[in-house]
Amino acid sequence: MSEATTDGPMLAADGTPLKKSLARALRREKIRAFMLIAPLLIFILITFIAPIADMLFRSVENNIVSDTIPRAVQMLKTWDPDEDDLPDEDTYLAFYTDMVFAEERKQHTRLGTRLNYEKTGMSSLFRKSGRGVGRFDTDEYTDAFTDLNAAWEDPQTWLEVASEAGPRTASAITTWQAVLREEEDDPLEEDPTDWDVLYANLFADLSASDGYDNALLEEARVATAEIEPVSLRAAFDDIDEDWSDPEVWKTIQTYAATYTPGYFLNSVDLALTPDGIEARDEDQRIYITLFQRTLYLSLMITFSCILLGYPVAWILANLPARSANLLLILVLLPFWTSLLVRTSAWKVLLQQQGVINDILVWSRLIDEAGRLVMINNQTGTIIAMTHILLPFMILPLYSVMKTIPPSYLRAAKSLGATNWTAFWRVYFPQSVPGMGAGSILVFILAIGYYITPELVGGTQGVFISNRIAFHISSSLNWGLAAALGTILLAAVLILYWAYDKMVGIDNVKLGG
Amino acid sequence: MSFIQRVRHLISLYAVEIRSFFVLAAPRAWTTDWGDHVPKDSETGDFVVFERVQKSYDGEILVVKDLNLSIGKGEFLTMLGPSGSGKTTCLMMLAGFETATHGEILLDGNPINNIPPHKRGIGMVFQNYALFPHMTVAENLAFPLEVRKIGKSDREAKVKRALDMVQMGDFGGRRPAQLSGGQQQRVALARALVFEPELVLMDEPLGALDKQLREHMQFEITNLAHDLGITTVYVTHDQTEALTMSDRVAVFDDGRIQQLAPPDVLYEEPENSFVAQFIGENNTLSGTVETIEGGACTVKLASGDIIDAKPVNVTKPGEKTLVSIRPERVEFNKDRLQAGAHTLKAEVLEFIYMGDIFRTRLRVAGREDFVVKTRNAPDQVRLKPGEQIEIGWLPEDCRALDA
Repeated sequence: MSEATTDGPMLAADGTPLKKSLARALRREKIRAFMLIAPLLIFILITFIAPIADMLFRSVENNIVSDTIPRAVQMLKTWDPDEDDLPDEDTYLAFYTDMVFAEERKQHTRLGTRLNYEKTGMSSLFRKSGRGVGRFDTDEYTDAFTDLNAAWEDPQTWLEVASEAGPRTASAITTWQAVLREEEDDPLEEDPTDWDVLYANLFADLSASDGYDNALLEEARVATAEIEPVSLRAAFDDIDEDWSDPEVWKTIQTYAATYTPGYFLNSVDLALTPDGIEARDEDQRIYITLFQRTLYLSLMITFSCILLGYPVAWILANLPARSANLLLILVLLPFWTSLLVRTSAWKVLLQQQGVINDILVWSRLIDEAGRLVMINNQTGTIIAMTHILLPFMILPLYSVMKTIPPSYLRAAKSLGATNWTAFWRVYFPQSVPGMGAGSILVFILAIGYYITPELVGGTQGVFISNRIAFHISSSLNWGLAAALGTILLAAVLILYWAYDKMVGIDNVKLGG
Repeated sequence: MSFIQRVRHLISLYAVEIRSFFVLAAPRAWTTDWGDHVPKDSETGDFVVFERVQKSYDGEILVVKDLNLSIGKGEFLTMLGPSGSGKTTCLMMLAGFETATHGEILLDGNPINNIPPHKRGIGMVFQNYALFPHMTVAENLAFPLEVRKIGKSDREAKVKRALDMVQMGDFGGRRPAQLSGGQQQRVALARALVFEPELVLMDEPLGALDKQLREHMQFEITNLAHDLGITTVYVTHDQTEALTMSDRVAVFDDGRIQQLAPPDVLYEEPENSFVAQFIGENNTLSGTVETIEGGACTVKLASGDIIDAKPVNVTKPGEKTLVSIRPERVEFNKDRLQAGAHTLKAEVLEFIYMGDIFRTRLRVAGREDFVVKTRNAPDQVRLKPGEQIEIGWLPEDCRALDA
C-alpha cells in the first residue's frame, strides 16, 4: 500500500520526508526568484532605505556636544545649578581644554550652531570664545614650568613623563597627540610651549597631588606652590560676560546627552529647557499650525480631486474605446508638462492682475478694487495642487470603474431603481475601492508636496514640507528637519492604518 | 426520465408555497394577481406587442427591421437566432434600455416607449446574472423591494419565500462570489421574480453554466414560469434550449423574425432554408423543381437524380430550390418507403457510434456531408464504410424550400 496508510510523515520516493523534499524543491525556486529582485532590492536599500534611516536617526542624535567638549560635559554632570551659581574652576579648565582642541579642529563653530538652535547667541559666543582661548593668561604656567626646568620645553618629556602627573594631563596629552596626528605633524618636532593648555592641565594635576616618585614631576609639584593660579572663570568672563550667565551653562548641561528629544519637542512647539519641557513662546509656535494646515489642505485637495475626478473617470469608463483613449491622453497631458510650467501657469492665471481677474473685471462681475486674491494663499495652493494631482485620482478610479459591468446598473434599473438609486446603491459602492486608492495616492502625495506650495502658497499656503526644506537647505538644522520628517511619516502611517481599519486596505484597487 | 420526474416532483412540492406567496402579496397595487391565476401552457391575448418596430444604432444599418410580434399572457416565448440577428436588441427595447427608432411597443395595451426602465416593472435575468457583488444574496433580493418602499417585515418574508422557491433558503447571508454558477443563476432568477413582475425577460441566462446544470435549470425555469403564470421572453442562441423550454420560438435572422412557431412546428415544418438549417441538423440538396402536383413535387438534383419532396416555398416547375431532409427521417430500409418512391444511391463513408444514436455519413448525389441518424435499437443495422445502399424518404419529410 502507499505511504499514506503507514504511521509517521509522508515519505518521498527516496525515503526522505515529503515536507523536507518539497522544501528543498521549492528552495531553488525561491532563490531564483530572489535573485531576480536582488538588484532592485539592493538599489533601494542603498539609495532609499539607508538614507531615510540615517536621516530619521538624526532626529534624536546629539553626539556633537559630547564629542566636541567631552571633558566639560563630564564635569557638568556633577554641577548643580541650584547650589552653585556657576560651575567650578575645574569645569572651566575642562571646558578651556576642550575649546582649545575644538578650535584647533575647527569644531567649536559647529557646536555653537547646534546650541544656537536651543539658545540664541550661542553661535557667536562660541565663535568669539574660539578666538579668545588662545589669548588666555595660561602662558604664565608655561613660562613658570620652562623656567623651572628646561626639560618641560622638550616634547619627549611630555610624551614620556607628563602623563604620570594626573588624569587631566594624561587626557590632554592623548588629545594633543590625536590632533597632531590629524594634522600629520610629528609630536616630537612640535614645540610644547605653543600649547599653554598642556601646562594649565599639568598645573592643575600637580596642585592636586601629594607627591611623585618621578624627580622631575616632584620638582614641578613643589614649585607649583610658588605659581599664581590663573582664574579661567575670569578669563572666560573677559571674552564674553555671557560665560557668567548660568543659563548658558545650563543649556550646555541640558543638551550634553548623546540622544535628545529636543528636535521632536521643537517640532511640536515645545522646548527642552534646563527646567524641563516647556511650551515655546507664542510667537515661536509655528509647527503645530503648519502640521494642521498641511493636513487640512491635503484633505481639501483630496476632496476636490474626488469631486472633479469622479465624473471624468465615469465618462472615461463609459465612452467607446476610441474616444476614451483621446480623453485619457488629455488627462495624462499634465504629466508630460513640467511641474514648474504648470505651476507658473497658475500664477499667470490666478494673480490679481492675471487672466481670471481681468476677465471678471472686464465682464463687470467685480470692480477694479474688488480683484480676487487667489494666489499666494491657501486658495492658490488648493487650486494648483488639485490640478497637479488630479490624474492620480482619475486613473485608479477609471481602472476600477472599467471593471464594473454596465449590466449592474441595468439590473438595478430593471429592478425598479431610479437612475440615482441605481448609481448610489449599486455603482458607487463598487467604485469605492478606486476612490480609496486614488485618495490614498493623492493625500500622501499632497502631504509631502513642496514645490507647488512654495511657488503659489505665499505664507498662508505653505506646507510642513516647505519648512523641512528650509531646515535642510537654509538653516542647516538637519536634526529638526529629520524630526519633522519623522512626524510626517508617522502621521501618514497612522492615517494609512486608520484607513485600513475603517475601509480595509484590501478594498483598495488600482484596477483589475 | 427519473431526473425530470424529480424536478417535477420538487416543483409540485413547492406549489403550495408558491401559491401562498402570491396570495399574501396580492394587495399591492403593482403586484400581479397571480394568486388566482391558473397557469396554462399558453394563453391567447396580446400582452406584449411589437408594432412595426425598427432599430438602428448608427443611422445606416437597421438592426431590427419591421418587427411585428405579439406575445400572449403567460406565454413562454423564446427569441432564437445567431449573434447579431437583433434578438437581444429586441429584448433591450422591451426592457427599456434601448429605444426603438420607429414603431411602438405595447405592454398590456399601453405604449411603453416613453416609460423609463425602472417604471416598467419588468423582471430581468442577465447573461452574467448581474448580482450586486457588494450585497449579500438576501440584500440583493431585498433591493427591488426596498426601492419600492416595502416595509421591513414584508420584505423579509418575501425574500425568504423567493429564496425558498429556488431552493436557496439557506444562502441568504452569502455573497454572490461565494456561490457556484448554478446557485448564482437561481438567485438571479429569484431576484427577478421577488417583486412579482408580470413579465420576465431572460438574456441568455444559462450561457455560463455547464451542460448538465444547464439542462437542469432549463426545466426549473420553464416549470417555475408556468407554475407562476408569468409571461417570459427568453433570448438564447442555443436551439436545444429554445426547443425544450418554449411555448413558441421566434427565429431571428438579419433583423427579422424568420419564423414564429411552437417548437415542434419549427422543427418539423421550417418555412425557409434559414430556419431549416438553423434548427437542428439538416441535409440540404439543391436542385430544380420538375413537377408540382397538389401537396407533392419532384426535384431534379444537379447529379440528375430525381427525388420526392413537399413544396413549401416553391410554386412552379423550373424554380431553383433547396430541399431539406432531417437526418432521422432518412430511410434505407426499402420496406418502409411508399411504393414507387424515388430512391438515391449512397455510399457509406463513416459510421459514428454516439450511444443513443448512430450517425452515418454518406456520399449522396455528389455530396459527402449527407448524414443519417438511426436510433440504437437491438434490430438496428450498423452500416460499414464502403457499403453501397439506397436511401429514400417520405415526400412530406423532404421540404422544398427557397434556394
